[in-house]
Amino acid sequence: MSGSWTLLLAVIAPVAGAAAVGLLGRRPNLREAASLIAAAVTFGLVASLVPTVLDGGRPAFLLLELLPGFSLRLHAEPLGVGFGLIASSLWFVTVVYAIGYMRAHHEENQTRFYLFFALAIATTVGAALAANLLTLYVFYESLTLATYPLVTHGGGDKDRAGGRTYLTILLGTSLTFFLLAMAWTWSLTGSLAFVDGGLFRDGNALIDGVTPGLIAVLFALFVFGAGKAAIMPFHRWLPAAMVAPTPVSALLHAVAVVKLGVFTILKISVYTFGIGTLAMVDAGQLLQYVAAATLLIAAVIAIREDNLKRRLAYSTISQLAYIVLAAMLANRFSILAGGMHIAIHAFAKITLFFCAGAILVSLHKTTVGELRGVGRAMPITMGAWLVASFCVIGLPLTGGFWSKWYLAQGALEAGEPLMFGVILLGSLLAMGYLLPPAIRAFYGPDPAAPLAVRARGAAEAPRFSLAALVFTAAVSAALFFAAPQMSRWLQGIEGIG
Amino acid sequence: MIASHLPVLQVVMSLVAAPLCMVLHRGRPAWLLSVAVSWASLACAVALLLQVIDDGAVTYAFGGWAAPVGIEYRIDILNGFVLLIIAAISAVVVPYSLRSAADEIAPERLWLFYAVLNLLLAGLFGIAITGDLFNVFVFLEISSLASYALVSLGRDRRALTAAFRYLILGTLGATFILIGIGLLYAATGTLNMADIAVRVQGQLDSRTILAAFAFLTVGISLKAALFPLHSWLPGAYAYAPSAVTALLAATATKVAIYLLLRMVFLFGPDFIYEELPLSEVIVTLALLGVLSGSAAALLQTDVKRLLAYSSVAHVGYMLLGIGLGGMLGLGGGIVHLFNHAMAKGAVFLAVGCIVLRVGSSELASLQGIGRRMPWTMAAFVIAAFSLIGVPLTAGFIGKWYLVLAAMERGWWWVAAALLVAGALSVLYMWRVVEQAYFHEPHPANADAAEAPLSMLVPLWVLAAASVYFGIDTSLNAGLAARAAAVVLGIAP
Repeated sequence: MSGSWTLLLAVIAPVAGAAAVGLLGRRPNLREAASLIAAAVTFGLVASLVPTVLDGGRPAFLLLELLPGFSLRLHAEPLGVGFGLIASSLWFVTVVYAIGYMRAHHEENQTRFYLFFALAIATTVGAALAANLLTLYVFYESLTLATYPLVTHGGGDKDRAGGRTYLTILLGTSLTFFLLAMAWTWSLTGSLAFVDGGLFRDGNALIDGVTPGLIAVLFALFVFGAGKAAIMPFHRWLPAAMVAPTPVSALLHAVAVVKLGVFTILKISVYTFGIGTLAMVDAGQLLQYVAAATLLIAAVIAIREDNLKRRLAYSTISQLAYIVLAAMLANRFSILAGGMHIAIHAFAKITLFFCAGAILVSLHKTTVGELRGVGRAMPITMGAWLVASFCVIGLPLTGGFWSKWYLAQGALEAGEPLMFGVILLGSLLAMGYLLPPAIRAFYGPDPAAPLAVRARGAAEAPRFSLAALVFTAAVSAALFFAAPQMSRWLQGIEGIG
Repeated sequence: MIASHLPVLQVVMSLVAAPLCMVLHRGRPAWLLSVAVSWASLACAVALLLQVIDDGAVTYAFGGWAAPVGIEYRIDILNGFVLLIIAAISAVVVPYSLRSAADEIAPERLWLFYAVLNLLLAGLFGIAITGDLFNVFVFLEISSLASYALVSLGRDRRALTAAFRYLILGTLGATFILIGIGLLYAATGTLNMADIAVRVQGQLDSRTILAAFAFLTVGISLKAALFPLHSWLPGAYAYAPSAVTALLAATATKVAIYLLLRMVFLFGPDFIYEELPLSEVIVTLALLGVLSGSAAALLQTDVKRLLAYSSVAHVGYMLLGIGLGGMLGLGGGIVHLFNHAMAKGAVFLAVGCIVLRVGSSELASLQGIGRRMPWTMAAFVIAAFSLIGVPLTAGFIGKWYLVLAAMERGWWWVAAALLVAGALSVLYMWRVVEQAYFHEPHPANADAAEAPLSMLVPLWVLAAASVYFGIDTSLNAGLAARAAAVVLGIAP
């Protein structure tokens, strides 16, 4: 098949980028150019798969066969290609942002930073294109390891402590729950492949030796095993990882790492179990309450959190729970909503992180309480914040509206009015944690602030950073008009179209 | 001509090298001789294994006396594989020992060290190769006495108490084995293992056979360091000279586990897995070993001790495979023999490099060593991945088989416990990695340089093998599956 080599190249391109970054360590401009080129090439490669996938093609590439039937394989399908597009495009944007941020903030060890950044993207793309559970698992774990040096970039005791929590929870959940579920799946079905309709159904009945209860247990193991999705009680790593520099938090903890968690859950729901099977045995019945509780509790914590980045961290946990909830509801509307929300939330949340970082660099402010008057000094930044907030909340004229809309519809389709309520309540709470910073910022200058930062636009973010965050904010709004395209794309997944 | 005498050469070369080292009476020539012998042994083991793969089991009648009267050497896939492991490890560790042993052992005793080292290898090869049960005991004593002497050569005086403890418990184990062999001889009238396997079948319910089985099992378990008979292991590994630790960790317990596998073959899988509740007992003890070893490793402040406890855990994995039985369980156990030998050998060699440069294996003195000795630590990390069981390393294959074997029997709690132990192993390995990479260099290693090439190359050979055999599994997993079939009596 024509697209199959493209799959391999899409994973290799970021690795090559990392190598180039390492070699060009002494020449920052060339080094960043290498990152940008690698990001553009990766995006181009993944994008070139789009027409084939849209026509129903599913190119695949065998990397390695470890044991008979037990292999590392890549393939292209709508969910994965979509995720790969998001990760590679936002890598490009984040590098642009980081050029401004890292230099203005005088961060040390920038070469190491860009190098592991590229490796993290390579593993993310690999996971996005994984054709079976083993491949997904390998890249999933690699991403944890590749991001550890980024999380602990500062190198202090606090960074190490955060890094330790990060590793313990992420490796702990995947090495126990996920691996167990994977081995169990293999011993039940003799396969780890991602196939349309899942592995557990034979016609209209479950395969031999599998009961609905067993499916529910396996599903739960996978959901908790994907610790990157930050479902409570395995969410602590996310706020802990906020010790990282802002571009890391932005890309990894709004896009790559957390989205890989929920992507894993969606992918397994659709291709290991099959939406039909999940709905038939009602596998998510109990888990949906866990997701709903995570959604609400995290939102309440976010409202009470004064530190800007930590507030965003809890907001991420809450928003991820939407996607997990989508997988639990397991019907065509909810999966559609889940897939969309991965994309939409990625753009909106990265904008919010970019803004938080810009405020830190320009005004050295890190808490919501200090934000008064910032809107005057940084009007563009705070404007972008407002747009992205609307998107996360799910207001019309931003992309976020659609994912919430379809998810609410999915809840009704599944006959879960309670979950419908939870979705609405979650949006209300999101207003509570995202709008106050904006309101405070636009409220008027802090009389105690020095005159220099009280003028309009006096302390705007570094140019590169500003360009990046304006772009992502624009995309999160523009996605409102892309709903038909997004849903047409996702309808390529069996069980949705 | 030579080909037909390979089985005896496998043992005799090391056995003769030992007194020759005494004659040479100097460290360096003794080392040169040992290297030559260890490489020749590897060639011999490879040739034997190829012969077995092509033509089936190879037998060799010692001195021309046919089997029931004389001693027979008999090599099938199972012990051919074990011979390969021992030979490969010794071919890597002996060259490595030049600098390491010279640093840790007094020069006037260096030639003695090599003499005893060759004796140890002769003993290990002998246990693996012979088809005669009493002969097993003889070689077991040779290898055990040699290993007590080698442990006692360690850097400080604690090595002496560790060696003494090892001696007491090892002798106990050997006595149990001897009693078991005696009872078996009384019941069957033969010492040839192939003969015993046939004659024992009619009288499996006799008390004598049961007692023999019990004595043998306990004795061998002690040698294999099955929980709770493992207390000799951490001390012996921690205080022995670094090269010795690597060699012992990678081969000595493996040979005991091979003997246990041979027991399954001797008494027949039906007897072991159907009639006796041995499966449950071994699985429980092995799991306790896995969990307690991993937990104890978390608490150590010395890297060598930490890795020694990790060995207790990994011995548990292999025994677990035997306990679970079946193609998956036995295959997993056997493949882990191989994989653990590579990975554990590598980490101990890495620690040996650090001891050479820093003079200590305390965890605290490793701070920042990743910057001082990047190649050593990189190899350590790779091998540690394999010990943890990360996919794409050899360690993953064995664990995967074991988890599947547990699932197959419906013992999901065994699978869960295995995975928890895997997570624990991440934690204890992480302690080393964090010290090495995420701290400023410790004053103790301020002028530590990278290890010499003569140590780095062996280290990297093993580290690379840990990755290679995780990707191309046809050799290790393929042979392990065939060996498991031999144990189960499915294949000759």
